[in-house]
Amino acid sequence: MEKSVLKRIISFYVEGFKGMTTGKTLWLIILVKLFIMFAVLKIFFFPSYLGKFDSADKKQNYVSNELIQRAK
Amino acid sequence: MIAEIDNISLIDWSRAQFALTAFYHWLFVPLTLGLGIVQAVMETIYYKTGDEFWKKTAQFWMKLFGINFAIGVATGLILEFEFGTNWSNYSWFVGDIFGAPLAIEGVVAFFMEATFIAVMFFGWNKVSKGFHLTSTWLTIAGATISAFWILVANGWMQYPTGMVFNPDTVRNEMGSFWAVAFSPVALNKFLHTVLSGWIIGAMFVAGISSWYLLRKREVKFALASIKVAVAFGLIACFLSIWTGDGSASQVAKQQPMKLAAMEGLYEGGEGVNLVGAGILNPSKKEYNDNEEAFLFKIDVPIPKFLSYLAFGKFNAYVPGIKNIIEGGYTKPDGSIALSAEEKIARGKLAINALANYKTAKADSVLLEHKADSIKNALVLAAETENYTETSEGDTITAIALTGDELFAEKKAAVHAKIADSRQQLKENFAYFGYGYIKEPKELIPPLGLTFYAFRVMVILGGFLLLLFAFATYFSYKNKFETKRWLQWTCLISIFLAIFAGQAGWVVAEVGRQPWAIQDILPTSAAISKLSASSVQLTFFIFLVLFTVLLIAELKILTSAIKKGPQINENKN
Ligand code: HEM
Repeated sequence: MEKSVLKRIISFYVEGFKGMTTGKTLWLIILVKLFIMFAVLKIFFFPSYLGKFDSADKKQNYVSNELIQRAK
Repeated sequence: MIAEIDNISLIDWSRAQFALTAFYHWLFVPLTLGLGIVQAVMETIYYKTGDEFWKKTAQFWMKLFGINFAIGVATGLILEFEFGTNWSNYSWFVGDIFGAPLAIEGVVAFFMEATFIAVMFFGWNKVSKGFHLTSTWLTIAGATISAFWILVANGWMQYPTGMVFNPDTVRNEMGSFWAVAFSPVALNKFLHTVLSGWIIGAMFVAGISSWYLLRKREVKFALASIKVAVAFGLIACFLSIWTGDGSASQVAKQQPMKLAAMEGLYEGGEGVNLVGAGILNPSKKEYNDNEEAFLFKIDVPIPKFLSYLAFGKFNAYVPGIKNIIEGGYTKPDGSIALSAEEKIARGKLAINALANYKTAKADSVLLEHKADSIKNALVLAAETENYTETSEGDTITAIALTGDELFAEKKAAVHAKIADSRQQLKENFAYFGYGYIKEPKELIPPLGLTFYAFRVMVILGGFLLLLFAFATYFSYKNKFETKRWLQWTCLISIFLAIFAGQAGWVVAEVGRQPWAIQDILPTSAAISKLSASSVQLTFFIFLVLFTVLLIAELKILTSAIKKGPQINENKN
């Protein structure tokens, strides 16, 4: 019983994907877009700025110093 | 510190980049919110009547919804990338206040996208009609709830509330989740923004359908779609003007400088008129020079309307830019407004208190870890003080306190400094951001952009209301088909509605400059120390990427529209 529900859910998605027309192009666009966003932009252009500090302590020290210094 | 000039261009480029991504993201979101409701209403009609025509009609709009959704999905995440890279101080500083709503949004969005949307697109002949309809409504409800959490985060930046600043972590922590989630600013913003999406969705359906009518194609489909869209658009317009009025009164309470900029109001007063249209005087350079604010201006014919919009009373006092900078007027809560100078002084006190707190904290850690050597040093210092050199020889008067006592005294002093600075920080935290402001005039947002964007939004709001009213009238009188001027106007107004929404964001975001978080953190403190050229580079990468995506969207959309709903109209 359990299995057949799972199977039905899977086949629902599989058939759905198979039956798509415009949808196929759209999925291609989504995948290319996600690839560009996460594999290129995020890694090479948008690293977390505070990621260079390896602990929360160092991050908060850095930020508090910045916040204090910039007011001068 | 970054060189001043570089800093300014860094801030400008980072803001330009954020604005570009936000504008772009906002091309997709309102259409999702608005088109989603229109198609759900159409499917509901199908569910009630069982008429296959409505099923096909709903399916066609759903297809366009899907195209828009696919191209737009995840474009909002780019804004989150930018927070982490370009606005890292801000991201750290806001901590879980921003994180919590966005995390909820992420989870909601994921589940919605994985389940209900799938049923909506794949489930037509596989699940029951009722289940399908429920999924369609839940898809759009999910998207709207997502929007709610994002707007809660934005609302908090406009009106920070419900948080406690923790000087140890330098983060704002959630004091009251409900105060954040249901702040009046967030609620108004949510309603106004979602309704603006409804207007855009309705205009889209009415405009595309009009295009079919202009080409004399899909006439039955187009007329039926228009009936649903224009009535919905009319309701959305009324509600959006009502909530826009609510937003204006929130702005008046929480961001008086934004309101003054929206109105080009330098000198406030009691019973102030609302500017209907006007041209700002470009030779007015300073808030306190004697130049006129306007070259030309006409007020809205209802006298004292700004006072009424802002505070619900025709004689209410509305401060202008000069008044806000000079202070001294009575605020609606009865307190006297501080001048910009005073706020800056308080901001400096707050930041100083944070600095003192940090050094005192560091001292107290030292006291813990190096108790013995500090004790010895204290004794030595005390002895040195009591050391006297005389001709008879050197003497040391016995020191009054033992090493332990000296140590306890020192510890008490450090703890007192911690408590004092913490208290001082707490008392002045509301003005924290003013500590970064060098001159009061930095507090004035770009006036022209804010003023004109507000006019554009409101005038287009009035225009769209009229348009929907006419369209509803002719549509329900079954005369829409012959009114070509109305069809043209509906088609062109798709762009006007989108433009109104973008202008709304300009009012909300440009109008609150220089603040990243109102009164608490200006952009100059929020920004990461990057090089301006690296931000320029990513700006242009986005420009290219977005243009390509936009072209893809328009191509796929227009080809789907050209193909049409393919309903055999003779059959029904
Ligand atoms: C006609 C009467 C309208 C009034 C009085 C009005 C008022 C306002 C105000 C005061 C804001 C700024 C809120 C803030 O800064 O927090 C705002 C923002 C906005 N408006 Fe309007 N608006 C009107 C019509 C429209 C229309 C027709 C649209 C779009 C179709 C629209 C879309 C927006 C958007 C997207 C925002 C930014 C999000 C927000 O802050 O709520 N508005 N509006």
